[in-house]
Amino acid sequence: MILKGKAWRYGRNVDTDVIIPARYLNVSEPAELAKHCLEDLDPGFACGVHPGDIIVAEENFGSGSSREHAPVAIKAAGVSCVIAKSFARIFYRNAINIGLPILECPEAVEGIGLGDEVRVDLAGGRIENLATGAIFQAQPFPEFMRRLIDLGGLEEYVRERLGKE
Amino acid sequence: MGSTITEKILAAHAGLDRVEPGQIINARIDLALANDITAPLAIKAFRNMGADKVFDPNKIALVPDHFMPAKDIQSAAQCAMMRDFASEQSITHFFEIGRMGIEHVLLPENGLVGPGDLVVGADSHTCTYGALGAFSTGVGSTDLAAAMALGETWLRVPESLRLEYTGTLPPWVGGKDLILATIGKIGVEGGRYMAMEFVGPAIADLSLDGRFTMANMAVEAGAKNGIFHVDAKTEEYLDRHLARDYAQYDSYLSDPDAAYVREMTFDVSGMEPQVAFPHLPSNVRPLSRVGEVALDQVVIGSCTNGRMEDMEIAASILAGRKTHPRVRLIIIPGSQAIFADMIRKGYMEIFLEAEAVVSPATCGPCLGGYMGILAAGERALATTNRNFVGRMGHPESEVYLAGPAVAAASAVAGRIAGPDDL
Repeated sequence: MILKGKAWRYGRNVDTDVIIPARYLNVSEPAELAKHCLEDLDPGFACGVHPGDIIVAEENFGSGSSREHAPVAIKAAGVSCVIAKSFARIFYRNAINIGLPILECPEAVEGIGLGDEVRVDLAGGRIENLATGAIFQAQPFPEFMRRLIDLGGLEEYVRERLGKE
Repeated sequence: MGSTITEKILAAHAGLDRVEPGQIINARIDLALANDITAPLAIKAFRNMGADKVFDPNKIALVPDHFMPAKDIQSAAQCAMMRDFASEQSITHFFEIGRMGIEHVLLPENGLVGPGDLVVGADSHTCTYGALGAFSTGVGSTDLAAAMALGETWLRVPESLRLEYTGTLPPWVGGKDLILATIGKIGVEGGRYMAMEFVGPAIADLSLDGRFTMANMAVEAGAKNGIFHVDAKTEEYLDRHLARDYAQYDSYLSDPDAAYVREMTFDVSGMEPQVAFPHLPSNVRPLSRVGEVALDQVVIGSCTNGRMEDMEIAASILAGRKTHPRVRLIIIPGSQAIFADMIRKGYMEIFLEAEAVVSPATCGPCLGGYMGILAAGERALATTNRNFVGRMGHPESEVYLAGPAVAAASAVAGRIAGPDDL
């Protein structure tokens, strides 16, 4: 799958509390959550994001709370992919489970600025900054996670497992 | 090569003789937990998976603790969804308010977790149960739904980080200070994806309540789990709370030749109470280097420090004293049982005479839910676990983290202070 969009650039330790503050967790509808995505970090994000846009951040993206509302809000806001130097472990699982593409690639994070147009070839993990022409290669996923990603998430995996049993 | 306690538990639950860090396993689970924020998404995912029955209605715990008693109509609806699911699936461990508590205080208290167990919970602080020698870790709602449907989960075996604590605990220094000092040292990603194993003579001296506090905050260093070896104190706790046998495998200790990715030693003898400044739990300073920080609110409670020992420490400091006129002091016992004990031991009277407000058990303000939300520009000190931007309310408010002794003393002083400053 090829993804293309403008980069939103953030720093280290973007926690799930700023991705979706608890004051909005009394609902779980994705479209409702998307309205408040990243509100406490970047109030301009939710109204400025375009379908396909890409979040690019430093280390430990998605730290803190296990709230799956965080990747759900990002996905429902139209973000096609999150590229970070590293991800917090629960966010990493949650993103794969719900089918939000994520890529670990420290070099790409260094080489992409706010507003740069970015093209991602998800299958090969190839990231291209169309503004500069620079090309980066993301870390490959372990085999089991690849399978989950190819299935579109954990729901489909469990559906298959339950069907077999 | 030997195994760590974490590796032993994971191997036992994957039906393997041994496991190695980095290996991906399918592990059987002993308990799956969700709360009123994470259960609704898990229930939706459970239905989307085509599942109709949970794997075992006795091995699922549903705890409406975050926004309950319901703070608004939407929260009430989320809880109703959880209640209906519990009834439909005949789930034994659904805790209605009145029998409820903050999940990570409640479950050990009710004997739902024992050594060697494997617990997954749709709450990041599920790592708390490592205090009992269990492997327990936080997951998201879809993972939890899969666990409820299959009775197993996939896990990447974590590398282990060995943290040894030597020396003697000074007065007013407890589990919270040890874990804050540790996170201050290794950072909020110093334990990312790892098992944090807490050992040493100072740990042997630490109460179970103090160990729950430490394990609880392993996630604040990015860890997958925090874990303690089982000792006489653990056994004494289990004798009081666990109704079943727990001899599921040979040893609750790591082998002497187990492999660690990193080993660190902390001498606690000269340690001061610790305070984490906004907006990261790693932004830690010893009390003597805090300076003048005036407060609007103090919160004593949460899954980190809402246990009986925390209430006892707070009562010992607040007895005969008043909360500073500018400060709002909110005390939240972690469970209904702790609330009852507080009354029995006379702490309620002390707290009320100190002009504190005492809330029923709830996560409440810790995550910015309700029961003490901060306005723009306000500053709180809390015994909770996170001080991120906007965590307790307005994004321009501030949260400082500390243990119950500093919290109680600060409520009296009106600024961040220790008991010796009063």
